[in-house]
Amino acid sequence: MSADLIIILPELLLSLFALLSLLFAVYTSKDGIASAMLWLTSAVLIILACWIGLTGTGTNIAFDGMFIDDGFSRFAKVAILLAAAAILAMGEAYMTAKGLLRFEYPVLVALSVVGMMMMVSAGDLMALYMGLELQSLALYVIAALRRDSIKSTEAGLKYFVLGALSSGMLLYGASLVYGYAGTTVFSGIVQVANHDISMGLLFGLVFLMAGLAFKISAVPFHMWTPDVYEGSPTPVTAFFATAPKVAAMALFARVLHDAFGAATADWRQIMALLSILSMFLGAFAAIGQTNIKRLMAYSSIAHMGYALMGLAAGTVLGVQAMLVYMAIYVTMNVGTFAFILMMEKDGQPVVNIESLSMYSRREPGKALAMLVLLFSMAGVPPMLGFFGKFYVLKAAFEGGLAWLAVAGAVASVIGAYYYLRIVYLMYFGDPAEEGLNGGQSPVLWMFLIGSAIIMLAGVVNMFGVDAAAASAAATLLD
Amino acid sequence: MDNLLSIVTFIPALAAFILGVFLRGEDDAAQSNAKWVALFATAATFLVSLFILFEFDPQNTGFQFLEEAEWLMGLQYKMGVDGISVLFVMLTTFMMPLVIAASWNVKIRVKEYMIAFLLLETLMLGVFMALDLVLFYLFFEAGLIPMFLIIGIWGGANRIYASFKFFLYTFLGSVLMLVAMVGMFADAGTTDIEQLLSHNFASETFKLMGLQIIGGMQTLLFIAFFASFAVKMPMWPVHTWLPDAHVQAPTAGSVVLAAILLKMGGYGFLRFSIPMFPIGSEVLTPLVLWMSAIAIVYTSLVALVQEDMKKLIAYSSVAHMGFVTMGIFAANQQGIDGAIFQMVSHGFISAALFLCVGVIYDRMHTRDINAYGGLVTRMPAYALIFMLFTMANVGLPGTSGFVGEFLTLMAVFQVNTLVAVVATTGVIFSAAYALWLYRRVMMGDLIKESLKSITDMTIRERVIFAPLVLMTILLGIYPALVLDIIGPTVTALVLQHDTALGGFDNAARLSLN
Repeated sequence: MSADLIIILPELLLSLFALLSLLFAVYTSKDGIASAMLWLTSAVLIILACWIGLTGTGTNIAFDGMFIDDGFSRFAKVAILLAAAAILAMGEAYMTAKGLLRFEYPVLVALSVVGMMMMVSAGDLMALYMGLELQSLALYVIAALRRDSIKSTEAGLKYFVLGALSSGMLLYGASLVYGYAGTTVFSGIVQVANHDISMGLLFGLVFLMAGLAFKISAVPFHMWTPDVYEGSPTPVTAFFATAPKVAAMALFARVLHDAFGAATADWRQIMALLSILSMFLGAFAAIGQTNIKRLMAYSSIAHMGYALMGLAAGTVLGVQAMLVYMAIYVTMNVGTFAFILMMEKDGQPVVNIESLSMYSRREPGKALAMLVLLFSMAGVPPMLGFFGKFYVLKAAFEGGLAWLAVAGAVASVIGAYYYLRIVYLMYFGDPAEEGLNGGQSPVLWMFLIGSAIIMLAGVVNMFGVDAAAASAAATLLD
Repeated sequence: MDNLLSIVTFIPALAAFILGVFLRGEDDAAQSNAKWVALFATAATFLVSLFILFEFDPQNTGFQFLEEAEWLMGLQYKMGVDGISVLFVMLTTFMMPLVIAASWNVKIRVKEYMIAFLLLETLMLGVFMALDLVLFYLFFEAGLIPMFLIIGIWGGANRIYASFKFFLYTFLGSVLMLVAMVGMFADAGTTDIEQLLSHNFASETFKLMGLQIIGGMQTLLFIAFFASFAVKMPMWPVHTWLPDAHVQAPTAGSVVLAAILLKMGGYGFLRFSIPMFPIGSEVLTPLVLWMSAIAIVYTSLVALVQEDMKKLIAYSSVAHMGFVTMGIFAANQQGIDGAIFQMVSHGFISAALFLCVGVIYDRMHTRDINAYGGLVTRMPAYALIFMLFTMANVGLPGTSGFVGEFLTLMAVFQVNTLVAVVATTGVIFSAAYALWLYRRVMMGDLIKESLKSITDMTIRERVIFAPLVLMTILLGIYPALVLDIIGPTVTALVLQHDTALGGFDNAARLSLN
């Protein structure tokens, strides 16, 4: 028992930290210490990331297979923790300025991170559901953090209702799987599936996948994304776009390979379909957007399509490609949202992309960094985003999905259009009557420039992320 | 110097970095500093690149000045030049100082302008030197970004449409090539171009969705590469982005586009399509030859009716690139020799023609042919230079334009007489549009009020034209300068191509003629 507890020590400590800080805030000055708590939470997340990333070794299984701590989960956890820490730090000024910085915010973020860590380590359907719901419930609340705004409340409600629906589907699938496999542990399910994969088990798998596809906002389960992205406060949107996506994607890979590794041929078709739909819908629907947050929602849908392409390959290389893609995606999104957070006029946040007209004239440095990020998201070399795409294309091709690779390549051209549109506005758009002003924040500036530099320098050397992803993928598939 | 190629490639990028980081301000001093730094860097690049030319051994048909280093995910950073690429490298380094000098009158965002061109030079040089598939793709695609900005920021009135069309057109072509590269990586297990050149890609006919694919995988790979290079070249019917891009781009942008960027397509055919997929190219050769012939005749006719000088020259470029593709796919010694010669020569001639347009555009701010007439009375020196390049464009013997056209026509005559006949009529049309343009702009009486005070070329402009005039005439009377360098490599390429085709059944060709 104590051995088990040591394995889940990071999760345990983070939960304790969240609960204690909640108690502390309630019994002391409440919102007065919210800012300090936010920085503290951010620091704790970073420390945990370093701890997990630097000291974790081997594959450790706790609670009879319900909790798995392996290279794969550690890779995902480090990405999640760092992304969450970055987003917390980035959002502090914005939340303070908007009067949204309540002490619940860092606590809820910390709790949702615990949920995500649970998700990526889940080795059992029960553990999976626990992690997923802990994460989701915390996210529902922070989506509606701006209580007096109709849009924010709407976002929270939409997210909650649709999220509950997807949880229902997932649970239904889980119950079918349990019924036909006789166990909820992944390692048990895979043995049954190896022996004989029954129709009921496949049905359960499909429902499970539908529930998970909702969490990563893959088409056709994406409807909530644009509204929630638009309605939530921008730092919360940034959070939605990063850490939960990594967690859900990693969970997806875990369920498919650990529990249904025997049914690869069956789920690959579904993944390929989800992938191609997401890539094309994300590319087409973003063209008409004028709100940059909605645009980023569609952009993230398209990016999930590419990451799913890696999973659809069903190979070690596929999982590795997915992990690399997600790491790059998160880094790009952190930088992009840092930029969006700086878009303001007379102290008010602006989300209309037309307001970026001739932005390069006023802020050449920021515009250049954003240009790098945009071309990176479009997958144009020499930015790192290109290598993410190259990885998944290669994985898909070697997995026998050449048609999917071709489709992905074509979709990336369509997607390039709307990224180019922002570049066009920033560099040679119509001289707007009154553009953006203000938005000077050293913290955000640092994240923006840092992210852009990583996108450029990463091409020379990926700082070992690719090697880490390779070994992580290898541990998942043995 | 073990890493001569990298030094040459990255000098401009270094200069761009220095400009970007250390140069502040928008005043005259800063602008002039930016120009001088750019000019100095491009000139230095040219001087250093001369070492490549002098130390290059034409008899060695392999790659020279090799550099290798490990890179991400099993890829490598590998650079090298052979007889095919060395002249393109030289063409690039030769043209860039002229391009910078031709941009001396740029007034807005001078620093950014110079940075864009310097980065573009690095990327273009990288394309011709890269010996790793992905490295090649990286340079090839990345060049779109500065060009997109050059057209978009410093372009003409309709620049937004032109820049988007340019970017998306070429991007679509290239991503298909990327998928093919992934396929080659998967098949051969390496992205090293040197090794891929000796790898035999499968060519067994198979069925795909009910369609008989003759030449199998090679044909598919060929088509994917073709999609990219044909757009870049550009070949009819995917040439429509070029006139728009040329017309809207600033003069220097047009020069780079015509002189160097277009050559990447031809270089790609010679580096990848012909040697790596000999059977795939053999299967589709009739199609490509006819496309080239149509391009030559059709775009020459289109050029005839243009009202905009730049557009006229742009269409003429498409026609001249038709000779290049024709020569390449004739796949014999004269054809490929001629194609490379034509590319090099067209680099000088089209650059000079765009610069000629730039000269009067700077004075009158219009490219409309009807706005001119009788310039010869006010601008004798200009008229002489324009005359020379018009004649070179037509392919007058004694200028470099003649050699390339003659060699490619002779080559294709041996392969497909009918194509040669059709293409030769294009030579007549080219004389028609070029001479008519000259007649309308230069000759006649100077009746337009606005032209009464136009001045002849300045010293700076004359200096820019001098090297181009020299090269055009020198290559016209002594083509061996080029042919001696490329000859042995081309011979080896043709030999390899013919050997690879040895076992291939002729009857299986797609017969289009």
